[in-house]
Amino acid sequence: MVDKIVKCFLIVIACAFALLMLGLPLAAVATYALREGYGVFIAAITDPYALSALRLTLLTTVISVSVNTVFGLFAAWALTRFSFKGRSLLTTVMDIPFAVSPVIAGLVFILVFGRIGWAAPVLSFLNLKIVFALPGIVLATIFVTFPFVSRELIPVLNARGVAEEEAAALMGASGWKIFFRITLPHIKWALMYGVILCSARALGEFGAVSVVSGHLRGKTNTLPLHVEVLFGEFHLTAAFAVSSILMLIAILTLILKTVVEVKGKKEGASAIVELKGKNEGANAIVELNGIKEGSSV
Amino acid sequence: MGAFGKRGKARVIPGFGLSMGITVSMVSLIVIVPMLSILVILSGMSLADIWKAATERKVLAAYWVSLSASFIAAVVNSVFGVILAWCLVRYKFPGRRLLDGFIELPFALPTAVAGIALTTLCLPDGWIGRLFTGFGISISYTRIGITVALIFIGIPFVVRSVQPVLEKLGPECEEAAQMLGASKTRTFFKVIFPEIMPAALTGFGLAFARGLGEYGSVIFIAGNIPYKTQIVPLLIMSKLEQFNYGDAAAIALVMILFSFFILFAINLAQSKISKAEKG
Repeated sequence: MVDKIVKCFLIVIACAFALLMLGLPLAAVATYALREGYGVFIAAITDPYALSALRLTLLTTVISVSVNTVFGLFAAWALTRFSFKGRSLLTTVMDIPFAVSPVIAGLVFILVFGRIGWAAPVLSFLNLKIVFALPGIVLATIFVTFPFVSRELIPVLNARGVAEEEAAALMGASGWKIFFRITLPHIKWALMYGVILCSARALGEFGAVSVVSGHLRGKTNTLPLHVEVLFGEFHLTAAFAVSSILMLIAILTLILKTVVEVKGKKEGASAIVELKGKNEGANAIVELNGIKEGSSV
Repeated sequence: MGAFGKRGKARVIPGFGLSMGITVSMVSLIVIVPMLSILVILSGMSLADIWKAATERKVLAAYWVSLSASFIAAVVNSVFGVILAWCLVRYKFPGRRLLDGFIELPFALPTAVAGIALTTLCLPDGWIGRLFTGFGISISYTRIGITVALIFIGIPFVVRSVQPVLEKLGPECEEAAQMLGASKTRTFFKVIFPEIMPAALTGFGLAFARGLGEYGSVIFIAGNIPYKTQIVPLLIMSKLEQFNYGDAAAIALVMILFSFFILFAINLAQSKISKAEKG
């Protein structure tokens, strides 16, 4: 009886907290986006500035997620398939972007490529613009999402061990063949999970991009920055209409993430069952051998 | 590979040179070189100037606002995070899967969207703000608002740290403790709590560090009143807008030291706990 009361009490607290902190903001975005009717909503999301912001956000996301995926695969390979001096130092350095403020992430690129940055003379010689332009936005986004993919891959690869890859290498398979035929099938769900998290963060990054973007409307404003501008100009409905697009993407991300998680867990579980089966088979053989040896004596 | 094979062990798996080359050059290009540029610009300033920039009265007030708000938010998240994790692992109830899926919402939702949604909710005529104006409490443009935004941002950290530990622990330990005659509360504080404590501490540290650096969700609700509701990231931003790069770098360095110190302290506390448990 007491158990039941405690259980109900805790569930009510947990759900109330989640509804208040997670549910209410979502409801607010949806309500405010539609409070002036569909006409205003459609007008806000098809506004030329909103569309150009959407284009910039998608372009930035595609570039930075691709870069981080390729990097993440190579980094996970290097960090889990080989042992070398300074491995844990490298892991720590890779995690730095998680520990610093997004504003600092933007700041450091200004300090490198900005007006007073030490790379400024080179850039002006080459006539390149990085800060307050697309390259700066992409660099800042790559920085804040840097460890996402490798972080998901490293534990999976560590848990699998190197036996299969070593066997393949000894039989003469090339590095690429080993990767595509042996490693990739094992890490595919973890990889997808990392890519999903990385894309969600890249789409929504605000602080770092805000520092390096320069807020040129129609040119260097990403979707989250466009939301800020609209909100600052008291175009509340428009701000929430654009936000609702980002919110839908976020919800879609969560659904995808859950699907990938469930699929990955299922495959992981069947792999363990398979391994256990193999082990039991091996044990049985060992036992049989023992019996044979015993009987022969 | 030959150059790396000196340490005796031959590497069987190919690709060491290529993968290490790409990893090290990307880490240097994206993380190390940009981060070092903070030290480069500070090296051009006198120590007195750096000290002055980092300890200006307005800056000290901002440290206090950021530290206190993120600390309180992390404490709140630790309490509710443990409760949420407990319910998600131990109880079956309708909507459990949905709740589990939505825990990561603060990671998936762009911070600017969270920021304007929370601000609108907490304004005096908003859905939540309305309830509090009657008591003469305003949430938006105060430190309470900053804390609310930081609670939102930090929700997933404690839940996701504690959840796997509870899953592994299983109900067997509690059952054993109760069979031996321990009461429910005693079982919780003597058996379960020590097990989840290190994980909860990790979650607390991550939420605290994230809260210190958070920008997007806070600036809308904070109102940015100097000495009162100005957070450190915003101060860095305004220094940048005044092209005062040196001061921005000095404050950034202090921020980085703060978050490293937090993560270091958490690690230390964890190793103390695990040692005490073993000893």
